[in-house]
Amino acid sequence: MTMAVIWTGMVVLAVICGVITGNQGQVATAVVDGAEAAITLALSMGGMICLWTGVMEIMRRSGLADQLSKLLRPVLLRLFPSVRQDRDTLNSISANVSANLLGLGNAATPLGLEAARGLSRQSRNGVATDALCMLVVCNTASIQLIPTTVATVRASAGSVSPFDILPAVWLASSISVGIGITACCIFRRIWRK
Amino acid sequence: MLNMLTSMVVPLVICSVAAYGLYKKVDVYDAIITGAGQGLKTMIGIVPALIALLTAVYMLRASGALELLADFASPLLTLIGIPPELMSLMLVRPISGSAALGVGSEIMGTFGADSYIGRVAAVMLGSTETTFYTVAVYFGAVGITKTRYAIPAALCADFAGFIAAAWAVRICFG
Repeated sequence: MTMAVIWTGMVVLAVICGVITGNQGQVATAVVDGAEAAITLALSMGGMICLWTGVMEIMRRSGLADQLSKLLRPVLLRLFPSVRQDRDTLNSISANVSANLLGLGNAATPLGLEAARGLSRQSRNGVATDALCMLVVCNTASIQLIPTTVATVRASAGSVSPFDILPAVWLASSISVGIGITACCIFRRIWRK
Repeated sequence: MLNMLTSMVVPLVICSVAAYGLYKKVDVYDAIITGAGQGLKTMIGIVPALIALLTAVYMLRASGALELLADFASPLLTLIGIPPELMSLMLVRPISGSAALGVGSEIMGTFGADSYIGRVAAVMLGSTETTFYTVAVYFGAVGITKTRYAIPAALCADFAGFIAAAWAVRICFG
């Protein structure tokens, strides 16, 4: 129901504010633009999703995925205790985390979706499991070592050394991820299924 | 040098994965075709959620609601040590990645990329993600409609990231 409330809230707020600010016309156009943008986005992302799911398949068949997840296993099993028996899903999660760390946002999403599909086998009636929530929250809190996009924006805004924010980014994203994981651990106890 | 390296990461990853696969006697081509076919199913799964969410996001952006909220909440920000000029960025960030980049570069242009505010804007962009979009894509792809606490927890992480960004820049740049 969370999504239902948030979605309705967004639409209602948009209509009310549109009337207040006199932007009704733009709000009406936005309905058309938004729906269209969804299809465009899905198409433009589609190629990357297919490609990286394919690359993941090579990694799985060649045993590369197993090696990668052996490396991250101690951390990941702590965060996702339910995948202990599910090697394929654990492999996808490790690939997703690795891609995030490398700053390969375009690759991280398809790999993460692969992991989500594995995790969703344990959920019933469209209800998210704790592991799925953890995966999504870890992916919404970006964990990347080299934020290239931001550095590019800084460079074009005339920064002398665009990468000098790296330590600050690492500090801030560790805190953000840490709080996200903590929030998951707290909420899972109080949220009814 | 760093720029060249980061721009080559993706091709290098693909190339080494393929070479390693062939070395391990995997039918690399068959693997990538099979995988890509599965990817197509994933892509179609995302579309319905994206349509619903992007429509709402576009409406919200067009309505001027974000600007109204920014005026309302800026005194609170000063209390927790975040420059109120960054309010619009914080509101847009969880909703739209490209809009956040736009707002961010506008802030960097106005206050200077190497100013305190400019740096905090950059760190905010670098340490958080487009939360609503990520949630819609992930849960949409696997047909989850009851997302439980995922959004509140993700927003907690975002908010912590914003406060941490303001602090981290102060610590790192004095």
